[in-house]
Amino acid sequence: MTELIVAFTLNGERREVRVAAHETLLTLLRDGLGAIEVKDGCGEGVCGTCTVLLDGEPVSSCLLLAARVAGRQVTTVRGLAPVGSLSLLQNSFVPHGAAQCGFCTPGMLLTAHAFLQQHPRPTREDIRRAISGNLCRCTGYVKIIDAIEAASAGAAPASPSGAAPARRG
Amino acid sequence: MAKSPARGGSVAARPAEELRVVGRPIARHDARDKVQAAILYAADWQMPGMLHGVVLRSIYPSARIRRLDTARAAAIPGVAAVLTARDVPNNTLWTDVPGQTSQVGALRARIQVLAERVVRYQGEPVALVAAETLEAAHAALEAIEVEYEPAVGVFDPEEAARPDAPRVHEEGNLLARWHVRCGDADAALERADVVVEHTYRCQFIDHAYLEPECGVAWIDADGVVTIRVATQVIEHFRDVAEVLGLPHNRVRVIGTYVGGGFGGKEDVTVEVFLGLLASRTRRPVRMIWSRQESLLARPKRHPFRLHYTTGASRDGTLVAQKVDLLADSGAYAYLSALVLMYATVTAAGPYRIPNATIDARVVYTNNPPTSAMRGFGGMQMVLGYESQMDRLARRLEMDPVAIRVRNALRKGDRLPVGQELDTHVGVAEAAQRAWAALGPRRAPSAPGRRAGRGLACNIQPYGRIVWLHDWASAWVGFEMDGTLVVRTGVPDVGGGQASSLCQIAAEVLGVAVEGVAVHIGDSALTPLAGTTTATRQLYMSGNAVLQAAAGLRAQVLPVAARMLETPPDRVTLSDGGAADASGRRLEWAAVLKECARLGVSRSHLGVYHAPAGDPVDLDRGGGRIFPDYTFGAHAVEVEVDIETGAVAVVRYVACHDVGRAINPQSVEGQIQGGAVMGLGYGLMEEVVLDRGVNLSTNLASYLIPTSLDVPDVEPLLLESGEGKGPFGARGIGEPPIGPPAAAIANAVEDAVGVRITELPITPERVARALGLLGAPRTDP
Repeated sequence: MTELIVAFTLNGERREVRVAAHETLLTLLRDGLGAIEVKDGCGEGVCGTCTVLLDGEPVSSCLLLAARVAGRQVTTVRGLAPVGSLSLLQNSFVPHGAAQCGFCTPGMLLTAHAFLQQHPRPTREDIRRAISGNLCRCTGYVKIIDAIEAASAGAAPASPSGAAPARRG
Repeated sequence: MAKSPARGGSVAARPAEELRVVGRPIARHDARDKVQAAILYAADWQMPGMLHGVVLRSIYPSARIRRLDTARAAAIPGVAAVLTARDVPNNTLWTDVPGQTSQVGALRARIQVLAERVVRYQGEPVALVAAETLEAAHAALEAIEVEYEPAVGVFDPEEAARPDAPRVHEEGNLLARWHVRCGDADAALERADVVVEHTYRCQFIDHAYLEPECGVAWIDADGVVTIRVATQVIEHFRDVAEVLGLPHNRVRVIGTYVGGGFGGKEDVTVEVFLGLLASRTRRPVRMIWSRQESLLARPKRHPFRLHYTTGASRDGTLVAQKVDLLADSGAYAYLSALVLMYATVTAAGPYRIPNATIDARVVYTNNPPTSAMRGFGGMQMVLGYESQMDRLARRLEMDPVAIRVRNALRKGDRLPVGQELDTHVGVAEAAQRAWAALGPRRAPSAPGRRAGRGLACNIQPYGRIVWLHDWASAWVGFEMDGTLVVRTGVPDVGGGQASSLCQIAAEVLGVAVEGVAVHIGDSALTPLAGTTTATRQLYMSGNAVLQAAAGLRAQVLPVAARMLETPPDRVTLSDGGAADASGRRLEWAAVLKECARLGVSRSHLGVYHAPAGDPVDLDRGGGRIFPDYTFGAHAVEVEVDIETGAVAVVRYVACHDVGRAINPQSVEGQIQGGAVMGLGYGLMEEVVLDRGVNLSTNLASYLIPTSLDVPDVEPLLLESGEGKGPFGARGIGEPPIGPPAAAIANAVEDAVGVRITELPITPERVARALGLLGAPRTDP
């Protein structure tokens, strides 16, 4: 079994690891480095739960060989904000009820984070397109899109109660 | 009948505007953890010295096992155990209703843990391996020698129902049969002014939650087999114990936060296999099913053939409903008999039907087993009864809302099975509200597209069948510093189950919800609360927490009153402590210290017993089957592309009477998520089988809705205040998945004049019906 030494940056920290040539980045992160915040939902690049940022771009870590990240920056959801605090986007997911079971949430946040970096004032349809590679089976997407919209530069300031208004009949 | 529930003292009876916490759309207690990925799901857990467990599965849908040799596999370095049926102490797993009275005829089902001489579906477990590495485990799977002799199988339920069909099980292929009769449907159909008669078909689908089945097991102190697993039912600890031949109190199941359940983690998944491997190796073992394995082999939703004959008088009043149902159980029973019962009870829809005949059968085939999935038999019926309502409306030139309002069930009416509806029935109101919310009709967004609208109402039970004597317990207690703790065996599958319980406890005891600590889902350490299934958790555990909190309030309030020298009804409780009418305050710590001095308990165990009843003979019109039902209506606007047959859903409104929304945001989330899951079922999802061979074993071929496939679902909450849950709440987990498919079918006919009777409503089916692919298929 061919092994390689790979040096890369994980959430701002330099890592040097020994990996098998056939090992995916997802396996390296979860089993080798304990980065269990990266989820494994399908192993075939469809569901988006294993999304990480590679030099700022969202990729499916299950489809990427670990050896390919040599010299590059890998960001997981834990790299979005210092320990114990939340990024503006993460914070927006809380009052909007955008996380139900929470399994798609790390990948969804990373995709949305990268998208907002490049498109600070998106329309709702832009957001819908941007997250179409991240499946969610719980929410019907509405509250996720609400949360991303509210975290964008064009959003009105959050309501003082901190919670999104409920719609009642 | 069980005693009536405590209603939380006067608190639960308060008008909505006086409630501080209940009814508020607050962020859930686990939301911050989830956005930081700080939740340890079942697959995220590791133990020192942990082995990796894998399953060898049948490659044939029907075969005899002539030889099974594990010697070569066991000799592979790093392999710690290879188990076959011979190694399983009790190889029969009985599907009971966990923790409840059981053995109600066909409701008790038998599954072989590992295949002995016969495999009955592709993917059936044959052997287990535990190894030091996943690579070694997979090498061992390859090295197990199985000699199969393929056998004749049966894959079509119609064929399986014939007496000369190949038998999937020795006792024959008919697993269960239910009948309901009320009035005389045949005579009423003879006299009806209009009769519509049609057949509908729905498909196998998969739960497709994003977290595949997984868990870790180890042997803990005193030899307790401990299994930390993603499950909706921690009380499967008993099933594991039975299979392992252990006393029930030597198996513990710790339920993790679950990455989606939807009924798919209701039956046993990995926990029995983990228990076997950990017991054999005496080492921790982790098992994670791959997505492909999950899609291949786990139970699916029941496909049904539904034959409906509906009669009405000229003014649109329904006079009769005849329904014949045939469902596919796949190779094992699991919960099929119960699913069929839900279908039978709700098959006539949320309408007054004076004359009804419902005949329902479920048969074994060599297809993958089918079992629980959100909507549980009730949701499949909606395509039948709501397509019929639209066809009647068309024949009678009636408005789709008017015909539904005319026939809608009302409080005090009886279902065909005889049960009287004793709470508010919001069908008519929901239909009117949802339809009106669509607003004025709009032109299609592009040439070549036709717009249409559809409406569908539904009835779905919440809570278990009353003769299962359902109960739930919860413990609520103060720590000495005044912080509150809730302990209950609830599995939280992402619907906000635990968080709503915190709201209820906080409301009753006057404390801030953010400060409540909740411990859930441990069969050894938390009071048992039953399953997170059947839309029962808020209803059952909510009532248990309400009872526990009210009991605790009744204990500590008099102590505070004595200290404040004021009558108990003048004392108010808040986060800071107790206060009298003049505002004089006592810190919680002081009140609790006084409780301790007086020997007054600072905790209370609440046990809620649901209204119970005797088993019902459906044939004779037995009466109460379920505690209560949730009603709703969904209205949809679609655009159909007349060149491709593609259906785009452009507007969607979903309205349900939820009794009272404990957390409106969670209720909205359930409605939006359920509607979208129902849209997937209606438009695209299907597990495709070719003579029992599964062709949909990856997410690239099993399609579920993405954000681009669905519009923003607009939820409308009606709050009648008349549910049987805490504070008048009704269950809302399953109900929203019912209407979408039928609403789309109705909208498609409105748009392009063709009736689709088979799900999913793919572009191909619509194009065929439009005659774009040659001759239109005749409507059955």
